[in-house]
Amino acid sequence: MVVGAFVLAGIAALLVLTLKWSDFGTSSVSGYTLTAEFDNIGGLTDRSPIKMAGVTIGRVSHIKIDPNTFEAVVTMVISSQYNNLPKDSFASIYTAGLLGAQYIEISPGGDTKVLKNGDKITMTQSAVILEKVISKFLFNKAAAQ
Amino acid sequence: MNGHRNAFLDGLALLGQAAMAAAAHSGQMVLFTGHLLWRLLPAWTRPRLIVQELYAIGVLSLVIILISGGFVGLVLGLQGYNILSKFNATESLGVMVALSLVRELGPVVTALLFAGRAGSAVTAEIALMKTTEQLSAMEMMAVDPLRRVVAPRFWGAVFSMPLLAGLFSLVGIAGGYFIGVVVLGVDPASYWGQIQQQMQPVDDVLNGVIKSLVFGAVIGLIAVFEGFNAEPTSLGISRATTRTVVLSSLSVLGLDFILTAWMFGA
Amino acid sequence: MMTSDSYITFENVRFSRGKNRIFDGVNIAIPRGKITAIMGPSGTGKTTLLRLIGGQIKPDSGTVRVDGLDVGRASSKSLLAMRRRLGMLFQNGALFTDLTAAENVAFPLREHSRLPEPMIQRMVTLKLQAVGLLEAAGHMPAALSGGMARRVALARALALDPELMLYDEPFTGQDPINVGVLLRLIASLNQALGLTSVLVSHDVTEALSIADYVVVLNQARIVASGSPDALRAQMSGNTFLRQFLEGAPDDDHSELGQRSARNFAEALGLLPRPDRAATASRRREVR
Repeated sequence: MVVGAFVLAGIAALLVLTLKWSDFGTSSVSGYTLTAEFDNIGGLTDRSPIKMAGVTIGRVSHIKIDPNTFEAVVTMVISSQYNNLPKDSFASIYTAGLLGAQYIEISPGGDTKVLKNGDKITMTQSAVILEKVISKFLFNKAAAQ
Repeated sequence: MNGHRNAFLDGLALLGQAAMAAAAHSGQMVLFTGHLLWRLLPAWTRPRLIVQELYAIGVLSLVIILISGGFVGLVLGLQGYNILSKFNATESLGVMVALSLVRELGPVVTALLFAGRAGSAVTAEIALMKTTEQLSAMEMMAVDPLRRVVAPRFWGAVFSMPLLAGLFSLVGIAGGYFIGVVVLGVDPASYWGQIQQQMQPVDDVLNGVIKSLVFGAVIGLIAVFEGFNAEPTSLGISRATTRTVVLSSLSVLGLDFILTAWMFGA
Repeated sequence: MMTSDSYITFENVRFSRGKNRIFDGVNIAIPRGKITAIMGPSGTGKTTLLRLIGGQIKPDSGTVRVDGLDVGRASSKSLLAMRRRLGMLFQNGALFTDLTAAENVAFPLREHSRLPEPMIQRMVTLKLQAVGLLEAAGHMPAALSGGMARRVALARALALDPELMLYDEPFTGQDPINVGVLLRLIASLNQALGLTSVLVSHDVTEALSIADYVVVLNQARIVASGSPDALRAQMSGNTFLRQFLEGAPDDDHSELGQRSARNFAEALGLLPRPDRAATASRRREVR
């Protein structure tokens, strides 16, 4: 009896560690959906945070490639309490610190119209790829000499 | 000069004796392993005996394993947060805690605790059965003690280890969650999300399970061997118990390095 | 000597442990259906002799035969078959400490028979009744006194109705009442079940009182053998035999042991020797 419970608990623990629940963690986020296109999303993944002024206001829910433009289309869920983001807000992909996970930072614009469910953020800045920056910097240095 | 030389020779002789004793011990162990291997499958004709050992070896180790797992998780959460906050990367706390536990600390710390809690108990039990002639009595009743007593305990150790290590890791991750998310304010969705994304079922979890199976087999083998070959005196029993813990711990740490190099190395 | 009615024979058996020679060319014929006592001071390999019979150890040279089976060279299968017809009472009972008295008795039945549970229970009850300990069935061995544990162990040894019973020092450390109970049990079991019994002991009085045939060992050899009466006849011509039979039973210096030795010597019509203390201390050296 007890042994059975022990074996079941042990196997359950291993399964919990193994299985992936796609909606785990996002189920708590309810709100409205926005999309944005990026040239390069870097290490952005599902459930990456969306931040404004450093505060998490939503989550990435879905990432796919636009078959026509070959750009990355990121779908995000923004918590419904932040329902007054200006239409001309700016979305950029940043890295938390030097080595941390990547997230989308929303910089609010000045438009009086607000983003609604299903709207698209048109102004975006792609992820900064560290290698590209370094190589650019080195080339510039070499050219200057 | 002469005395000097004698001391040197005496030392050499002692060293030689120790080496011979060690060689004899490992030779005995190889022989014993051979004998035991033949009984491992036949032992499954009596699954109830193995279930009994799962209780004595696994269930009775649960308390120490769960408490230790929780504390290790708390410490990992605290230390991890301190380091990661310097790089502004506390979102990765979850995956750091989880990978440390599932790949290394889960199997290894569980194995060390297991050797101390269950391994020593198995050795003492078998050694006492030998000292009080219970094993001899079994043999005279035409019952093979290797099959009836030793093999079920070995199986018990092999199966208990991965289950205990899994529970240890899970409790540890929960401990890290408590410190990181509840106390220090790391984003909960990042904690779980990063674990979900970055932990691989095969590379991480399966390798951890393989490690703990190997550790369980090694500890089980050492424990039953030392018990079975203990000198039938009270001093012999205490020596055998100590040897089980020391040998098991060293083997676990050494094997962990070899397994890690093989699994995660180049 | 090797008559057909010998159940166990030792033919020129040699056995040594390390540098210690324990048997040096020993010949014994143990008669079928009788109680044979193997006696000698401590350290003369009496227990080793039982292990040789059970095939747990093999002689360095020579042959041990049990009911015709060459134990030292038998296959493990025929050895196991032989052991099923054998019961052994260990010195301290060797009960399984994690099983109750009843489960201890049931152990050989569960291992070797496919009897249904009620049948096993009934047989356990019968065996425990035979040793007069039915009320102790549910006790753990730790809760039993030494004498009771030995009787439970006897019931366990009898569980499979053996043809051969081996007793390893059944009387050591027992109070006189228990010794009496055990003596009566061993003798009556032997008669009632037609067993062949081998009794290893250094308790002279007790062993001689029930044995049909006696073998006395000392220093890896047989010193004397024969019926108790024949031994008494040989005693005058054999110094060791005399010292052993009339001295204090080995290193048992208790008042009781001394008294029983004296009683026995007197019963044989001998006067206690004045140098008994010297004999006892010499024996301790042997040990």
